[in-house]
Amino acid sequence: MRRSHTRRVPVALLVPATIGLLFLLLPLVGLLVRTPWGTLPQRLTEPGVLTALRLSVQTATLATLLCLVLGVPLAWLLARVPFPGRRLVRALVTVPLVLPPVVGGVALLLVFGRRGLLGSWLDETFGVTLPFTTTAVVMAQAFVAMPFLIIAVEGALRGADTRYEEAAATLGAGRWTTFTQVTLPMIAPGVAAGAVLGWARALGEFGATITFAGNYPGRTQTMPVAVYLALETDLEAAIVLSLILLTVSVVILASLRDRWVGTP
Amino acid sequence: MRLRTTLAAVGVLAVLLVTGCADDRAEPPVAGDGTGGELTVFAAASLTESFTRIGQDFEAARGVKVIFSFAGSSGLAAQINQGAPADVFAAAAPAPMATVVEAGNAADEPVTFVRNQLVIAVPKGNPDGVTSLRDLTGPDRKVALCAEQVPCGAAARAALAAAGVALTPVTLTQDVKAALAQVRLGEVDAALVYRTDARAAAEVEGVEFPESAGAINDYPVVVLTDAANPAAARAFVEHLRSEAGRAVLVAAGFQVP
Repeated sequence: MRRSHTRRVPVALLVPATIGLLFLLLPLVGLLVRTPWGTLPQRLTEPGVLTALRLSVQTATLATLLCLVLGVPLAWLLARVPFPGRRLVRALVTVPLVLPPVVGGVALLLVFGRRGLLGSWLDETFGVTLPFTTTAVVMAQAFVAMPFLIIAVEGALRGADTRYEEAAATLGAGRWTTFTQVTLPMIAPGVAAGAVLGWARALGEFGATITFAGNYPGRTQTMPVAVYLALETDLEAAIVLSLILLTVSVVILASLRDRWVGTP
Repeated sequence: MRLRTTLAAVGVLAVLLVTGCADDRAEPPVAGDGTGGELTVFAAASLTESFTRIGQDFEAARGVKVIFSFAGSSGLAAQINQGAPADVFAAAAPAPMATVVEAGNAADEPVTFVRNQLVIAVPKGNPDGVTSLRDLTGPDRKVALCAEQVPCGAAARAALAAAGVALTPVTLTQDVKAALAQVRLGEVDAALVYRTDARAAAEVEGVEFPESAGAINDYPVVVLTDAANPAAARAFVEHLRSEAGRAVLVAAGFQVP
């Protein structure tokens, strides 16, 4: 009786759900079907591939660290400190989520480019130019990844019980001590979830990177940029690069998502 | 019940969307003399300005609606070989055209309709006083080149080799317009682009250099096997080689073979 009850799935839900699943999974299957498995070992050890992969992993990790250092305090501010215009600020920090990444790249260029608002000052005063550098890659990745972290951390902060923080304060803990000893451990899963999502987003970043950082092997050519360029001449190479990126993303998300992002 | 109907309708719609997307091109009404209907032209990014102009003339003369897709030639060739619907393909070099021919997607023999030569694109007024390729090699010089996978990059590499100049660009762009854009933005001091691209951009001037003679790109054009409107496609290729077509191309800075 109970069994038949749980098994009765309305067709009206099952059909679109199945189509949705296929729509999301079939492209991944397509990638696997077309992968040149025979020549895969040689392709994987081509120096260009490893260089791009290493650069991608390094820059995505740096971008995630940058997001943590800047994003966690910002999320705390948004969650715990009432200030005028907080709603607007909260909306604005999530804009990169919906902004086309290329637009983000153009915006970064207009601010940090050699003729940009801050960039021209950096260039004239310190002789520092950011576009076409690995720093630019990290900045582009952090720009698109930070909202993921902020949303996750802010959600965790709002869900956390503030009585523990109040208790710590009554016991004489300063604000910083309360934050590091009480608040942070409490929201650690949320921070970790945000960091993982941010890392995955940074790893896949393409539009802002190619616009703001350009493409040069070993310096700014990340995996997604390498895929795009490989597509111009060598479909097999593009497939292999895509497969690596897919594998890395799935491994990271699958091993961490259930633990930190999944519902209990 | 109403919700269920709605959900079912959504499901059906989703199926229709998924299965129907493959063929959303309207049936072109093809007339025997190549007039009427639509024409899809895949063309190298460097042909953007001149082809847009020629497309307008062609539309006015033949009543054919011309739709262009401008991008790096190699990328367009890859799209065509993956089944992208197009009637005409104009490439910036023989190599990407060859991949289309080898894949059996060319209906005719490709014909060279123009040639293009590289120049050094610098900001208007040439603030750094660039006169030769060697001037691009200073330690503080920021130069953009096309990636060697695309024709302008292959040509740039040939020209640099001919001049015996080794330079490390700050970026390798996916097509010639992206390299030019970096000069226009002021993010690089110079880029190697086609003469036609430098001429089309108001903020930029082109510095001619002798070694570009060793890296002249032939632009082939061809009617594609799967052309939905082959008559209009042939008429377009003819128009390119007509007096009117040549005039536009020469004005843009192309050489006519």
